[in-house]
Amino acid sequence: MAKISVQQLNFFYGSKQVLADISLEIEDRKIMALIGPSGCGKSTFLRCLNRMNDTIAGARVEGKILLDGENILAPTLDVTRLRARVGMVFQRPNPFPQSVFDNVAFGPRILNTHKPKELPALVEASLRQVGLWNEVRDQLKQDALHLSLGQQQRLCIARALAVQPEALLMDEPCSALDPQATLEIEELMRTLREKYCIVIVTHNMQQAARVSDRTGFFWLGKMVEEDATAALFTRPRHTLTENYITGRAG
Amino acid sequence: MPRDLFEHELEQLQDEMLTMARAIEDALTASVAILARRDMDGARALIARDRAINQQRFDIEAQCLVVVATQQPMASDLRIIAAILFNVNELERIGDYAKGIAKINLRIPPGPLLEPLEHLPRMAEKTREMLHRALDAFVRRDVTLARAIPREDDQVDALFEQVNQALLRLIIADSSVTEQANLLMWAAHNLERAADRVTNLCERTIFTVTGEFVELDTKEPAQPE
Repeated sequence: MAKISVQQLNFFYGSKQVLADISLEIEDRKIMALIGPSGCGKSTFLRCLNRMNDTIAGARVEGKILLDGENILAPTLDVTRLRARVGMVFQRPNPFPQSVFDNVAFGPRILNTHKPKELPALVEASLRQVGLWNEVRDQLKQDALHLSLGQQQRLCIARALAVQPEALLMDEPCSALDPQATLEIEELMRTLREKYCIVIVTHNMQQAARVSDRTGFFWLGKMVEEDATAALFTRPRHTLTENYITGRAG
Repeated sequence: MPRDLFEHELEQLQDEMLTMARAIEDALTASVAILARRDMDGARALIARDRAINQQRFDIEAQCLVVVATQQPMASDLRIIAAILFNVNELERIGDYAKGIAKINLRIPPGPLLEPLEHLPRMAEKTREMLHRALDAFVRRDVTLARAIPREDDQVDALFEQVNQALLRLIIADSSVTEQANLLMWAAHNLERAADRVTNLCERTIFTVTGEFVELDTKEPAQPE
């Protein structure tokens, strides 16, 4: 069974439909990349997966999104708990104006998942998972904004991991990073893939080709094609996909 | 058009591959003509021209790598470049077969050949013509033609067999001609192998258009060149 099963999803901003009849199976311990031109709906789709669009006035969603078989669009669902299970990493690193330690401990404290004395071990484990521990172990009490952008982004990933999620959503996580920091995040994604289901939205098609197992191509709110990444980038089935990935459309 | 420069670079790669192929077509028929008229200078000149062909192949490979690095091609663009990289290697090998025939000419002592070489020029011409149309099929992305050409390889194989039989009869009749007959068999073998490689070019045309790897001819090579 897929970790996340999206079934006939439609999404509207007021009267404007931005996602139309999207169905997609996302497997556990795999990386799914979503590509497409700006405004095609891929980020809106990503934000549906942990109901980040709920706060937008006039937003309306139809269809089903099953996480381990449970419909996360059900009105009775605990959204805070959902966002712990399905973490999110954004385009620009967005550490809180707090220390490195407090950033990672933020979620567990809010959700009250760990006792205070357990937090140092959890913070260390989370920072180790993102390969940041050795770089910041002596700066845990320092302001997180003192870190480099690449380190900040890995800190944000550690913050998402600290609440022990099952899936990670990444919305262009490298768009603000230099090439070296980008490669570090990509390497980290490959490591995290062993434990988590990851969905990444990216404008960088080479990045999608490098890191993902499967890729979905969005165009004007529809999913035109979804396939194994190696197949989609070498022999796409649809002309629209071909034109987009060869730079002749979009 | 958002990718004018890239389109231009792809066309240029293809044009240079065609230029290389034309030189090899010429070398195929010239190698047999030179052998037939026992033209030693012509053989040496053909061998020298093969060095230029080899250099063309490296130049095209280098240009392919630059285009890959700078344009990051995907999908059909990527397949075109992959096919060109493969094809120039195959073409270079076909060029080597022509060079091999020139070398055979140099190894046979001066004087007339054992028999009038009626089948060898026909083999060379048929192979040249198949090569020419195989590259047309690539340029036109014509899968139907690419599938049809390898079926004509039987004609080259039949000529090869006739050459071998004729030379064997001469050896049986007079064993003193064995060395020259053997060398002429190798000349025919080179043409037969060249035609086999045309099949590989056709397979790449199908790959370029469809993304599918197909094997059009499973015949194993008789012997190394």
